[in-house]
Amino acid sequence: MTPHSINRDVRGTHTVAALCAYLVLGASVPNTTAQESALVRLTTAQYEHSVHDIFGKSIKIDGGIVDPGMRENGLLALGSRKLTLSAAALERYESLARQVATQVTDRRHRATLIPCKPQTETAPDPECASQFIDRAGLFLFRRPATNAEVQSYVSMAGSATETLGDFYDGLGAALVGMLVAPDFLFRVERTEPDPSQPDTQRLDAYSRASRLSFFLWNTTPDAELLAAAESGALDSDAGLQQQIDRLLSSRRSADGLRAFFSDMLGFDGFATLSVDASLYPKFTKNVADDAREQTLRTLVQHLLDKNADYRDLFVTRDTFLTPALAAVYGVPLPRSQELGGAVPWVPYRFPEGDPHVGLLTHVSFLSLHSHPGTTSPTLRGKAVRENILCQRVPPPPGDVDFSLVQDASDPAFRTVRQRLTEHRENPTCAACHRMTDPIGLTLEVFDTSGVYRTTENGAPIDTSGTFRRQPYADVVELVPILRNDPAVTSCLVNRAFSYGTARMPSTRELSWLFDTGAELMDTEVTWRDLMRRIARNEDFYTNVFD
Amino acid sequence: MSVNKISRRTVLRGLVGGTAVTVGLPMLECFLNTNGTAYAAGAPLPRCFGTWFWGLGLTPNLWEPTTTGRNYQLPDHLSALEPIKDKLNIYSGMQVFLDGKVNQNHYSGAQGQATGRVSKNGSDYSTSIDTIIGEQVGRGTRFRSIEATCDGDSRTGWSARDSSGLNPSETSPLALYTRIFGDGFTDPNLADFTPDTTAMVRHSVLSAVSDQRKALLRSVSPSDRIRLDGYFSSVRDLEQKLSFELDRPTPLPACTVPEPTSDDLGPLVSQVENTHRQFARLIVHALSCGQTRVFNLSLGSAFSRLRTPGEPSGYHSLTHEEPVDPTLGYQPKCKWLGEQCMAFFAELVQELDGIREGDNTLLDRIVVFGFTDHGEARMHSMKRLPVLTAGSGGGRLNTGYHVAAEGDAATRVGFTVQQAFGVGSGSWGTESNNVSKPFSHLLA
Repeated sequence: MTPHSINRDVRGTHTVAALCAYLVLGASVPNTTAQESALVRLTTAQYEHSVHDIFGKSIKIDGGIVDPGMRENGLLALGSRKLTLSAAALERYESLARQVATQVTDRRHRATLIPCKPQTETAPDPECASQFIDRAGLFLFRRPATNAEVQSYVSMAGSATETLGDFYDGLGAALVGMLVAPDFLFRVERTEPDPSQPDTQRLDAYSRASRLSFFLWNTTPDAELLAAAESGALDSDAGLQQQIDRLLSSRRSADGLRAFFSDMLGFDGFATLSVDASLYPKFTKNVADDAREQTLRTLVQHLLDKNADYRDLFVTRDTFLTPALAAVYGVPLPRSQELGGAVPWVPYRFPEGDPHVGLLTHVSFLSLHSHPGTTSPTLRGKAVRENILCQRVPPPPGDVDFSLVQDASDPAFRTVRQRLTEHRENPTCAACHRMTDPIGLTLEVFDTSGVYRTTENGAPIDTSGTFRRQPYADVVELVPILRNDPAVTSCLVNRAFSYGTARMPSTRELSWLFDTGAELMDTEVTWRDLMRRIARNEDFYTNVFD
Repeated sequence: MSVNKISRRTVLRGLVGGTAVTVGLPMLECFLNTNGTAYAAGAPLPRCFGTWFWGLGLTPNLWEPTTTGRNYQLPDHLSALEPIKDKLNIYSGMQVFLDGKVNQNHYSGAQGQATGRVSKNGSDYSTSIDTIIGEQVGRGTRFRSIEATCDGDSRTGWSARDSSGLNPSETSPLALYTRIFGDGFTDPNLADFTPDTTAMVRHSVLSAVSDQRKALLRSVSPSDRIRLDGYFSSVRDLEQKLSFELDRPTPLPACTVPEPTSDDLGPLVSQVENTHRQFARLIVHALSCGQTRVFNLSLGSAFSRLRTPGEPSGYHSLTHEEPVDPTLGYQPKCKWLGEQCMAFFAELVQELDGIREGDNTLLDRIVVFGFTDHGEARMHSMKRLPVLTAGSGGGRLNTGYHVAAEGDAATRVGFTVQQAFGVGSGSWGTESNNVSKPFSHLLA
C-alpha cells in the first residue's frame, strides 16, 4: 500500500468520525455569539511594514525587536492572541511613534502625506487636521475612523498646537496618539452575525480585509483591499476570490511567506544563537545572518518563483549561497565579496551524491538546533518532529543522569551514537528517544556550524537508521522517506491555518484541513494553492475558540 | 511660601492649552532633614525592592552553612559573599511544592518563588512579587520597574504584572542607559529646571487615548478585557513617567549620572560579567536618582548558557553531562560556575552598599531577593533551594542570619519580605506553597 492509499482509508474513517462528532454536538457549531471583538497583537515586523506601507519607505524606523513574543503550540502567532503590551514595550512604541510622526510632518514629507495646508502654520486648523486624521485613521485602524475618534484626535492636535505653537507639531502629537492607540497596535477583530447562518458570527468586512492582508502579505490592508471591504465585495465569494488572486500574484506575497516560515521554523532563535567561535571558526557573524536569509530565499524561489511542491524542499539541491556560506558548505563559489560591499547571493545547485540535500541540511536548521559547542541529535530530531511534522515530543524525566554523554575519552564511546546507547536500549528512554534520535544521529555528519564531516573523534559516523519502519543508510536516503510522510503536508496545512487565524482550528475545521491536505498530496502541495484554499474557506473568517 | 504653609501633598493644577495637567509640588530642600537622608517630618527615604535571578542553583551540600542564626560560618562555596555577610540572609532547606503537577524543569521552581503558585503549563504565569511590592513602594516614580537580563534574550525574566505575559527584559546596557539617562532624564541636583512642553503634550495625548478605552472594553471578551486592561495600565505607566519628568525632581545628594556604557553581549562568563556589572551600575544609579524603586535583574535564562571559551558545553549542559567526580563528590565545572554567579551577586550588593546616603547606604533601604530554579540542577530537584536576601529595606528586615527552614515552602521568604514592606494579606501562595507565617525573628 502506498502512503496515499493508506491516507484514503484513514481519511474516510476520519471524516465519518468527524461527522459523528458534528452530529453529536448538535446542529449548531458552537460559534460563540457572546463575543464581539478579539485582539491580536501586532509583531514588530508587522508594525514596520504597516508604517512603511502607509507613510512610505522613506520613513526611517530605528529597528530592533520591541517584544519577542511567546511561542504557543509551535507558533508565535498563537501567542500573539494571549499577550498584552508591557509598560516597557509601550514606552518603546511611543518613542517609535514620535520618530515616525516627526518625519511624517516634516517639510519633506508633509507635501505628499498631508493633503491640505492649514490657514496659518502657528494656529490650530481643525478642518485640515480633520482631513488628515480621517484619512490616516482609515489606514492605521484598518477601518474608517468614527466621528468621535476623529473629533478626539483633532482636539488633541488643536491643544498640542496651542502649546507648541506649530500646526504640524500639533498634528504630529495627535498622530503619535493614533500610533499608540490599541486600534493600531492590536488587530481588533470585530464580528457580526453571519447572514447565511444567523446564530453564528463571522468577521466583519474590515476585519476580513485585515486578516487576509496579514496572512498573505504580513502587512496592513492596502487601499484597494479596504475599498473592497467597504463596497461589500469581500462578503461575496467572487469578490473575495478576486482579492485573494490579486494578493497572491503580487511580489509582496513573498513577505507573507517569509513571515510564516520564520515563525514555523523558529527563526526567532537566531536572535540568541551562539556558536563557539573557537571551536567552529568558519561560523562567523556573517554566516549566522546569511544562513537565515539562505533558507528564506530558497523557500521563496521554490514556493513562489517555481511554484513547486512544498515537500520537495526536503529533497531539493537548489539553494542560494554567499561566499561566507560557501566556506561552511565547503564548495567553491564563482563570486567574491568586497569588504563592506553588498552581499552577493548566487544560485547554487549541489551536485548529485552530495550530502547537502534539502532544508534539513541548511546551516540555519543545523545550527539553530545544536548546543553552542557540540551537536545534539536529540534537539535536531525534536526540531524535525515538532516543527516539520507537528508531533509533540514529551519533556524528559527530571532525574536523568547524562554524565556518560560527555565522556568522549572512553574508547568505547567515541561517537555520540555510542554515547547515546542508553537512549535506545533503556525502555524508559527509548519510548521518546526513538522519535528523535534516529533522525538526529543521521544528521551528525553535519557539526554545529553545518560543516560536513565523516568521522567523530577518529571513529566513522554511522548514519543509518529507520524512519516509520523504513530503513535508510544516510541523509540522502532519509529525506525522500520524510518527504512522502503525510505528516509533512498536514503539518504545513494546520500551521498555515493557525498562523492566519491566530488560533487553533476547531474540531470541525481540523476535518476539512485534513481533507485539504489529502487533496493537495494527491496532486501538488503548492504554496499558492494552499493559501488560496485556506483564504477562500468561510471558517478562516470566524473566531471559534474550541 | 513658608514651609509651614505647604506640605508635600499640596498639588497644583495647571491648564495647558485647555487640557488639565496635574503638576505635583516639587520637593524643596527644606523638606530634607539636615543629614539629607529623610524628609523633615521624619519620613525616611523611599524603600526599594529588587529581584535577582540566577539559573541552576548551587552545588548541594557545599553551600548550606552548618550553624544557624547570626554568627554562622560562610562555607567556601559562598566565600564570594563574605564582604556582604552582615547585610545578607541565607535561607536553606526550602522547597517549592508541585502538588502532583508535572515538574516543568527550569521553570516551576522559579515560578513558585516569584509568583507563589505553580501552574500546569508554561503559559500560565501570573502576578509576580515585584508587582505586589511595587504597588506599595513603586508609585510615583518615572519607571514602574526596570527589567534587565545579562544573556541577550529578552524573554528571560520572572516579572509579570498579571496573566497577560511576562515583562520583557532589557538586553543591552547601552539601550537601558539611553532609556534612563537619555532624553527625559533630569539631574535632580541641578539648580534650574523647566518642564518640557513636549512632555506635557505627550502626557495629555496619552490621557486622551486612555479616555477612549470604554468603548473598546465593552466589546471584547473577558480574557481580552484583562489584556486590554494590561495595555491601559501600560499607558498609565507612561503617563506617570511623563508626569515625573514634568515635576521638578527632589534633590538627591547621592545621585550621580554614570558614564555611558558599551555592549558586549553573549553567553561567555566574561561577557555576562561585563554585562551584569554595567546593568548593576545603571540600576544602582537609577535607584539613587529616584528614577525607579523596583528592579528585576536576571543573570540569564534558567537554562543558563553561561560558558567558558573553548568549552563545548554551556552551564546547563554541564549540569547534566559533567560526571560527578568520585573523590570530590561533586561536579567541579558546575561548582565553579555557581561560584561565579555568587560573585556577581556580591558585586551587585556591593554596588548598592557603595552609595552613601547620610549615615546609611542605598543597600540599607532596599531588599534584594535572590532566587534560582533548582536545588540540584542535575536532578531538577525542587528541594533544598538556595534563597538569598540582601539589604534591610529601611531597617524592617533583620540581616546577617542563616535561616534553616527544613522542608518549608520557599514562598515563606517572599512572604516575609512582603510583610517587611507592609504589603499583601495574611498569606501568600496557592496550594501547598501557601504560607501565612513569616520568619518573625527577621521582622524588625
